[in-house]
Formats: sequence, C-alpha cells, structure tokens
Amino acid sequence: MSAAAPLFIEGELTIFRAMDLKPVLLADPQPLEINLAGVTDIDTAGVQLLMLAKKTAQASRRELRLVAHSPAVMEVFDLLNLAAFFGDPLVMPVGKKDKQHGS
Amino acid sequence: MDLDDALETFIVECGELLEDMENALLGVEQAEEKDEMINAIFRAAHTIKGSSGLFSLDHIVAFTHVVESVLDRVRGGKLVITDKLIVVLLSCCDHMRALVDAVAQGERQGNPALQQQGEPLVTQLRTFLAAPTQTIPGSVPSTMLPSHTPDPVQRINGQGVSADHWHISVRFGPDVLRNGMDPLSMFRYLETMGRIRGIATLTDLLPAADQMDPEQCYLGFEIAFESQVDKAAIERVFEFVRDDCRLLILPPHSLISDYVSLIEQQQGELTRLGDMLMHCGTLTPQELDFALGTQESTPSTPIGTILVQQGSVQPEVVEAALTKQKLVKEAGAAESKSIRVDADKLDQLINLVGELIIAGASVNLIAHRARVVELTEATSKLATLVEDVRDSALQLRMVRIGATFNRFQRVVHDVSRDLGKDVTLMIDGEETELDKTVVEKIGDPLMHLVRNSMDHGIESAPERQLRGKPVQGTLKLNAFHDSGAIVITVSDDGGGLKKDRILAKAMERGLVEAGHHLSDSEIFALIFEPGFSTAEKVTNLSGRGVGLDVVKRNITALRGTVGIASEEGVGTTVTVRLPLTLAIIDGFLVSVDKAVYAIPLDMIEECVAYTAEPGHDYTNLRGEVLPFIRLRELFSVHGKPAKGENIVVLKHNGQKAGLVVDTLLGEFQTVIKPLGQMFAQSKCISGSTILGSGDVALILDVPQLVRQAMVRTGQLQ
Repeated sequence: MSAAAPLFIEGELTIFRAMDLKPVLLADPQPLEINLAGVTDIDTAGVQLLMLAKKTAQASRRELRLVAHSPAVMEVFDLLNLAAFFGDPLVMPVGKKDKQHGS
Repeated sequence: MDLDDALETFIVECGELLEDMENALLGVEQAEEKDEMINAIFRAAHTIKGSSGLFSLDHIVAFTHVVESVLDRVRGGKLVITDKLIVVLLSCCDHMRALVDAVAQGERQGNPALQQQGEPLVTQLRTFLAAPTQTIPGSVPSTMLPSHTPDPVQRINGQGVSADHWHISVRFGPDVLRNGMDPLSMFRYLETMGRIRGIATLTDLLPAADQMDPEQCYLGFEIAFESQVDKAAIERVFEFVRDDCRLLILPPHSLISDYVSLIEQQQGELTRLGDMLMHCGTLTPQELDFALGTQESTPSTPIGTILVQQGSVQPEVVEAALTKQKLVKEAGAAESKSIRVDADKLDQLINLVGELIIAGASVNLIAHRARVVELTEATSKLATLVEDVRDSALQLRMVRIGATFNRFQRVVHDVSRDLGKDVTLMIDGEETELDKTVVEKIGDPLMHLVRNSMDHGIESAPERQLRGKPVQGTLKLNAFHDSGAIVITVSDDGGGLKKDRILAKAMERGLVEAGHHLSDSEIFALIFEPGFSTAEKVTNLSGRGVGLDVVKRNITALRGTVGIASEEGVGTTVTVRLPLTLAIIDGFLVSVDKAVYAIPLDMIEECVAYTAEPGHDYTNLRGEVLPFIRLRELFSVHGKPAKGENIVVLKHNGQKAGLVVDTLLGEFQTVIKPLGQMFAQSKCISGSTILGSGDVALILDVPQLVRQAMVRTGQLQ
C-alpha cells in the first residue's frame, strides 16, 4: 500500500459538505497529510470530521498531519483550543489570539 | 426547525424587541422608575445582539454592540439618559430595523448603503462612550484580576484557585448541527459577553469512522468563562438549543462538591473529565485531587458542609443561582401559554368555517323540506354548534388594538419635534379587540388622522398660552365596542374646525351652493371630500389636500364610516366606526322577484309595510319623511311589483332611508365572498354570499344606498 498523496480541501468545510467530505477524508488509504490552505469556512461539523480523521488514523497507528491551516481554520482551532488535540505545530495562532484579545 | 424557520422567528422576534425598545425609549423620559425601563431597553438590544450572533449576522452584532455598550453605561449609572441620547437611540432602533429587514430580504451580510447609514450613528454613539477604551459589558474590573496576561501556558495551570469565573459544561444533542445551529457561533457570541478563559473539547462520544454520521453532533465542551453577566444571560446564549443539549452552568466560586457532581453526571471516565475541568482552567490539580479524594472517602454530601465550615465558599452564590434558575423557568412557563400561528392558517380556518356555514344552511333547508322531526332537531343543534365554532374562530383572529396605538407614541414624539410643538399622547381602550385584517388596514388612516390633528389641530405653545390652555397639547386615542362595531376616536384639544372657513372654501371649490343650509356635522364632513384642504401653509405632513379623502376612502373600503365633531377653540374629535369582522356577518335576506339580497342586520332599523303616494319616492314614517329606493328599479328587475311590498328601514350614520322590496325572508348567517374585478365599478353592492340552496345572493352596500336616497331627495349635495 503506497502512501497516499496529500489531500487538499478547498472551499467550505461545513455541514453542507460533510456528507461528501467524510468518504474523502477516510479514503483507503487514508491521506497522511491534509492541506487546509484552501478552506474558506469551517464549522463544528467540519471540526468533527477532522477529529474523526485524526482518531481513525491514531487507531490504526498512522500519522495524520494537518498543514497550512487557513485563517478560517486557525480562528476555529483557536476558539476551541484544539491545537493540542491535533498536535500539529501551530505556534503562531495562539500568539495571534492574544493579540486579538489585547486590542 | 430548519434554518429558514429559525431565521423567520428571529426576524419576527427582532421586530417585537425593537418595538419594545422603542416604546421604552419613548416612555423613559416620563417614567418615574427609570431603572426598569432602562433595563428593558438594554435587554432588547442585548437579545438582538445575541440572536444575531447565533445566525452569524456579524454586521448586526457589530452595530448592536455599540448600542449595547452605550446602554450599559446608562444602566451602570455612568451616563444620564438625556433627550439627545434618546433621539440617537431611536435612530439606532430604526437602523437596526432596517438591518433586520435587509436580512429578511435575503441580504445576510448587509449592504454598503446600510453600512453607510450606520456609520454616522456609530460615531454619534461613540461620543457617549466617554473613554474610547474597550467597553465589552462583561469586562472584569482590573482589581479583580491583578495579573491576567493571557498566556496559554498560564491558562492551564495558573490562576483559578478561587475559580472566579463561570464554568459552563455543555453536551450538544445529535441534531443540533442539522437544525442549523453551530456551537461555534454560540461560543463566538459568548466571547462578546466576556472572555473565554479556557475551553476543552470532548470527543469521547465520537464513534468509529463507519458509524459516524457527519451531520450529527457528537461533541461536548467544558468552558471557563469570565464575565459579569448573570446566569440567565449565559443560558440565553444556548437558548435555541436548550431542548437539544445538556447544559450545566456553575457560578463563580462554586462549591467543589458542585464540580464533583458535574463530574459524576457526565458519562465517561471520571479522571478524564476531571482533566477536562483542569484543562479549561476551572479547577487546579490540587482542587481536583481534593475533590476526587473527598468524594471517595465521604460518598454522601458533606463536602459542602465541610467547605462552608472552613469558610472557603459562599453559599449565597449557589442560592442566588438557584433563584435565578427558577425565575427563568417560570418565565418559560408563561411564554408557553400562547403559541404563534401562521396568519395563513387562520385565514384557512375562517374560510373553512365559512364553507361549513354555507353547507350547514343547505342541510337546514333539506331538513325543513324533508319534514323529519328528528332531522330538524339534529340540524338545529348542529346550527348552534356551527355558530359557536364561527364565533370562536373569529375570536382567534381578534387582536388588541393596543399595539397599533402604541406605535403612535413614536409618531407623536417625532412629529411634535418636527413641528416644534409640545404634544402628549393619551391612549385608552388598548385592550379592545378587533379583527387582525382590520387592525392592519386601519394603521394608515389613523396615522393620517393623528398627523392631521397635530399639524392643524393643536396650536403652537405660545398660541396655546395666549388662549389660556395648558402649554402641552393633548392628543387622545380611544377605542371601544359599540353594538357590533368598533369605534376608534382621535381627539385633540386644539383650535377646532372653523365652520365659516370650511364653508367658504367649499363654495370656492364648488362643493356647496351658496345659500344652502348645512348642519354642523355636514359642514365638518366636507373636509373628507376629495381635494379639500383649508391649511394655509403646506407642511411636509399635511395640507396637500390628499389627506382626509384618502382616509375616508380607506375606511369606507373596510365597510366603516367616519364622522367628525368639533368646537372652535376647544378641540376636534374624529370618530371612526368599523365592523368587527370582515369575514362573516349576521345578515337579513330580502327578495325582489326571484333574486335574493342580503343586508347587514345591524344596519336595519325596522321593517314596515309599504305605503306611499303613487309617484313619490318617500313615505310617512310616524310623522317623519322617509326617502326610499325601490330595489326593483335600482337593479332594473323586470315584472310588476308583488302585492304587499315591504320597506326595510336602513340606518347609517344617523340618517335613515327605506328600501322597497317584495318579500322579507329573515335572518341568515352571511359569509362574505368578495366580488370579482368585473364588479368593482358597481355601486350599491359590497359583496356576495352563497345561500343554503346554493344560489348566490348579493350583499347590499347600505351606506351607499342611504347616500343615494339622500341625494335623490336633495338632502345632500
């Protein structure tokens, strides 16, 4: 089984596309890397899907990296304090949040 | 409930809240207990902001936030509510209404034109926010938190020993997302009320990949929330999902035992939930150890007692929270006593009741013909029930006129400002009920009358002083029921109508011939004639001569009438009479030849046998001259009059006229059916109805008939 190519998600990562996106995220073989640069909007359903993908990967002892978080994703991860859950390097947004609050 | 339904509810509620806010703003100047009013205004703005947040209507949130900040200063006693501020806030109300209307029309993100309108208001509001610093209502005074640098590391382990913040524990139900609710927007809204100090997302319930439905919500959240709002306000954030989630809110400085029971309540491993509490910064590790430790050693509830003895907790906090919770529950119970029903559904019901009455009438007819006693008995019982159903169905459509009246507070406020007059509005009979359709249609005519009274009726303050009247003018709106009709009066204590001037003007316009004698009420009625205006100066409100005749036309279209009484120097009273309902009336059937006609029963005075000198169009009714119209002639019915004709004496607006018909058929429940466009030009007919036999009967337009009879005999020009 060859390593899957990075998955690019474009546009909304929301409940409206959740049904379509679930099979993509959990495709066999599961992607090792999900690139979120093109995500324009993300809601709870979207977050849930990413969590499911992460958990599924963990369960089969595989790695799943989320990279290039778009501002929309960053804002939500920050709001829900999810950086630790996914464990991807995400130093900047935390600093950004502080700035937002200080302003 | 899908998103569109929720949004519709939101729009309707915003409308109501804005109305409340406007009324409170208008009342606050006079009110003795200002606090309650100010709180009401604040609550309205606050709720609008909150619900807008839920729908991600960020532009409304942004604007309302500024309004709310100003109101918060007022509420906190830092700002005195002045006349100037009220004017600005009223404009803000209008702007918010415009924003919500735009949303109703599908502009979810607002439009640049509205934004531009809003900017000057925001600038004005900012001048009331003396210090241009952060004014989030929930921001905590710095004394309470000596060092709060929001460092993410500190957030986990640092402060919070005393837990001086709220703890919110929420588990969303599976259908929340599908219902269009996004927990994220609730949290974003929460952030506008205070600061989310920490948040932990619970994923334990997330099932394995193949069982997971991507449109279901599996998440739970533990939130440490720092704010000065009360518990009810936090609960309101989750209002739209309250039935669909498990929500637990612990007040600041809660007993550790409360946290223990929180932990116990949740499914899943205890330690894991404990970790969550620790993670979001509500409990310190020491407190957690202590809580779990005590829980093991003393399984009942003495932890609280011990803590109270140690003096480390404040029982009253818990008590206060409980009382608040109870209040919220009681408010909820009161709300559920009434339900919102789509107006279309009510119309549908009324239509069906109408059909039922028609069908009932036909059953009645057959029963009479069949001459079966049991059947007749049963149908008459049925008829009684149908009548009851009719009455209660019509009752459903009845609404109080109060809401319509209260809208005029604003009108009077604005118009008196525009005109530079000091006018107060007094409202009476708000609880009088009338048909919803009538209420909707009466708004415009009333508006005209009110403006007219303020513009032409009430004098300016110096003039009033000169005449020895109180400087402040009074405008009164009153409503009451009177024999099957609702009467609305608009009266002012102004200058009154000047008879000679009206008469002169009427002659000039050719409405009245010189030397013609007219009674007072006839002269006053002239001002409702088209193209009549005596105002010497044309203002932007009235005086353009397009006012009062339109009022009269609108009211006549509702089968209503308008009258006027006035005394020079004392004031004017305009009386509008309207039928209680537009759908079903008690009618009286008469016939000419084979055609049947219905006459509204409450307009019939009496019926007498026909007597008249041949060739005359009037008769002697107990010494009075009664002009009449022959229905046979009016509708050009062929054939000779039957023997023993009758006269139906009609009464309208104090005038009487007779109607000559062949036969009197008796009372009949008349369901009014509108006439088609084809008949729009036909006078003397106001509608049609269907008889039990299935035949169509025309409903006669009594005011028009009376008028015609008067014109014929030359009593009215």
